[in-house]
Amino acid sequence: MVQVMEYALLGAFVFYLFSTIAFVTAVTGKGSRVGKKAHTRLWGNWGIVLTIIGVALHLVFIVTRVLLGGHFTSNMFEFTAFLCFTIVAVFIVIFFIYRSVTLGAFVMPVAMLMVAYAAVFPKDVEPLIPALQSYWLHVHVTTVAVGEGALAIGFVAGLIYLVRWVGMDRNSKSAVWLEVIMVTILMVAGFVITFFTFSIPDYQATIQHSVEGQPLVQEYDLPPIVGPHNGKVVQMDPFFGMNSPLFEAPSWMKGEEAARKFNSVLWSVLSGLVLYALLRLLLRKRVYELLYPMVKNLDLEKVDEISYRAIAIGFPIFTLGGLIFAMIWAHEAWGRFWGWDPKETWALITWLYYSGYLHFRLSRGWHGLRSSWLAVGGFVVIMINLVAINLVFAGLHSYA
Amino acid sequence: MINNTKCDCGHNNPVGTVLCEHCGKPLEKGDSDRPLEMRYEGKARRSQTQKATLFDRIWNFFSSVKVAIWLILITLVVSILGTLLPQEQYIPSNRPEIYYPEKYGFWGEVFYQLGLSNLYESPVYIALLASIGISLVVCSLDRVIPLYKALTNQKVVKNIRFINRQRVSRTEAVPDSDKEALLDRLAEGLSQKHYRIRREGESILAEKGRFSRWGPYINHIGLILFLVGILLRHTVPGWYLDNYVYLREGETKKLPELNYYVKNVKATAELYDPEEMPQSDKGEPTVKKYETRLILYEKDHETGKLRELKRGTAIVNDSFKHEDLELFQSDFTTETQAILLNVKDKQENRNLDTFKVDLFDPEQKYKLKNGIHIDILDYFPDFVMEGNRPATKSETPNRPAFIFSVDAPDLKKPEVSWMISGTNLDDINRKNRYTMELKSMETVNVSGLMVRVDKGLPIIFLGGIISMIGLVMGFFWNHRRVWIRWQDGHLHVGAHTNKNWFGLRRELEQATEKADLPLSFSPDRRQEVD
Repeated sequence: MVQVMEYALLGAFVFYLFSTIAFVTAVTGKGSRVGKKAHTRLWGNWGIVLTIIGVALHLVFIVTRVLLGGHFTSNMFEFTAFLCFTIVAVFIVIFFIYRSVTLGAFVMPVAMLMVAYAAVFPKDVEPLIPALQSYWLHVHVTTVAVGEGALAIGFVAGLIYLVRWVGMDRNSKSAVWLEVIMVTILMVAGFVITFFTFSIPDYQATIQHSVEGQPLVQEYDLPPIVGPHNGKVVQMDPFFGMNSPLFEAPSWMKGEEAARKFNSVLWSVLSGLVLYALLRLLLRKRVYELLYPMVKNLDLEKVDEISYRAIAIGFPIFTLGGLIFAMIWAHEAWGRFWGWDPKETWALITWLYYSGYLHFRLSRGWHGLRSSWLAVGGFVVIMINLVAINLVFAGLHSYA
Repeated sequence: MINNTKCDCGHNNPVGTVLCEHCGKPLEKGDSDRPLEMRYEGKARRSQTQKATLFDRIWNFFSSVKVAIWLILITLVVSILGTLLPQEQYIPSNRPEIYYPEKYGFWGEVFYQLGLSNLYESPVYIALLASIGISLVVCSLDRVIPLYKALTNQKVVKNIRFINRQRVSRTEAVPDSDKEALLDRLAEGLSQKHYRIRREGESILAEKGRFSRWGPYINHIGLILFLVGILLRHTVPGWYLDNYVYLREGETKKLPELNYYVKNVKATAELYDPEEMPQSDKGEPTVKKYETRLILYEKDHETGKLRELKRGTAIVNDSFKHEDLELFQSDFTTETQAILLNVKDKQENRNLDTFKVDLFDPEQKYKLKNGIHIDILDYFPDFVMEGNRPATKSETPNRPAFIFSVDAPDLKKPEVSWMISGTNLDDINRKNRYTMELKSMETVNVSGLMVRVDKGLPIIFLGGIISMIGLVMGFFWNHRRVWIRWQDGHLHVGAHTNKNWFGLRRELEQATEKADLPLSFSPDRRQEVD
């Protein structure tokens, strides 16, 4: 059963990869034999079929996980994998409304990246602590994830709009910021790649240090560029002759795992920059310019509408799951429906952000470029709540 | 001043009107072809027409969506600031002024001094939320009334310029002889798409999903109700109670500020069986369930006796409820309840007997084997020396100390024996023949229960539900209108929707195809108009 679960997720990842290839072929290929239109339709159909097979395998993964542990979303691995599932599911719905093959060519790589990122976290099925034992766990998390999945589609469509709008114009401010977004995405990819590279030889380093007088041991899965403040190496696999951390974390970074997490951030930034440098050297152009040929024939107004539509679908669902269901459950579990826990506060911040987006759009007429930037920013807010709040701020929700 | 609001059709519009209320003709000067601004149907809003009193000025301020957006953005940024460090209620200290600088250094000090450590209950934050509430009321009223009037008084016959300047529009040459049959077919085609059709002469107005326009306002009403609920729970006496009690197993306690008493019958913590979870390899066992069995009593005012009201359990995620009162399982610990003491005869070096002392309610006298009598002369549950005098800090047995008197048949007079937990007193008790030794301790489970009354909850959740209904109405449906008018050998079609233009275009293409006049409404075709 455990094996079925693991293979199902791996299978989903592989099919997402195949569908990415199909969608990219659909938009980039010239179709010299059958003509451009027929070529796009053919490969687009392959893309959506492969996507549906992938999402079905993803569903098998979720179902086996529920059968094994009785639940499917209580830690970072489970939630991130589930969020990826909802992104793909919402994409399928949007695809059948708008038939946008280009959207697939952008959403599916993001989905792959999400699955891979999820797999970085511990994958064990863990028992539920009493506070999580409620049917609200499934109701709340499912609605939040579906809402955020739709908002994520809004982000991807916004990104497509920006790539199309900026085009070959290197001098606009949007061009620079768009490239910054691309580098950020590469950093996530870089982190995932380094993590799996070092997991093959099963890299280990153990460093001892103390937090508030208590001796603690930090286990590194990546070579420690940065070690804890006043730490002592207990054991460390050598890495290019490196036998101790290159430098120590500043003294104010006191948290139990702070130095290890800082190290992960450093690795993602460095590997992302290396990836970026390689791409620039190979391509001799900016990363968004690499993507531009895929979108250059798109109708901007339609892309803008897809982005808005996805957010218009996602916002009510997110409100229901992230605020209303969250409040009902918080009342049942903790006796107060709102407690200003960081996760709760960031759910409110996300909600305020998208309320701002909607008012800008509906009342102040912010369409197109500005609206797309806001859609991209919204996904950044969601990611802050998912990643930063769980990993950096300790709170009631940081079970991972 | 009047001439710019009087339309060619003869209708007098209020100042601030963009589109004639009667025929829809744009009132701005110039011959632009840009798509029309259709917000609020081009009607003048109250905030644009009245500009006199102080009330009006405040009204105008809060009626601006710009102000509303600023309020949202300020609240957003301020909320982010509050999450940079933990809030006061989550720090393991009740001296925040010391905790923040000590733990987080300079920035901790800044965080505390700026009041960010207790941000969400601060007057500034509450004022922000209140301003959003006022803005919700004013913005909604300012817009919903003109919108309602405009939508209920729609005219079927619209000015040609109004139709042609819609974002979705087409003009097609149609000879006089065909027009009647074509208009009939178009009306039929749109009717099949669930449009409500109104026809006047050579004009058609087709409309559907108007109710979705009320979505935002219903959502705002829900949000206002939500905020009112929160306001009421904190202002109406007795609506909100937030207390905490710790109850030992077997203990009965009065609930603070209420006439209820509650007894902890049994408190249990259940652990996961390590076999149960196939993959968990954590060393420490995980708790599966915390449960407290409770009895709720009410005190009779006349007799002073406790009357049982309800028996039940409090489990995490399943509270104990009685009318408005809710008890939540919130904490679980164990405390030392009693100690078992050996009485030892030092001369013969043997144990004579064992006795048990309840630390919360010790008995005075103990009658043991071999004719030994023990009296408790004094008991200090939380022992401390105040100068030369022994004293107790609290009633909780954190460091229990006893002064016993021991009497036995072979003693001339009773011995005084000291006992302080965690302290060796052999020196003081040196002369005594009988000594007391700690044999073992008995612990008891203690439940921490949250005591809550929250009469505002129904209003608050009703507000949430209404707000949700509004969101669904507004976002999952859309308001579509199609204006068709034949004039001078041309058929003019214009359409408007508040969202999902793609769907509207597709629908129009299907409807016109059915009417044997297939028209393309794609955006690039619009340029051909005029």
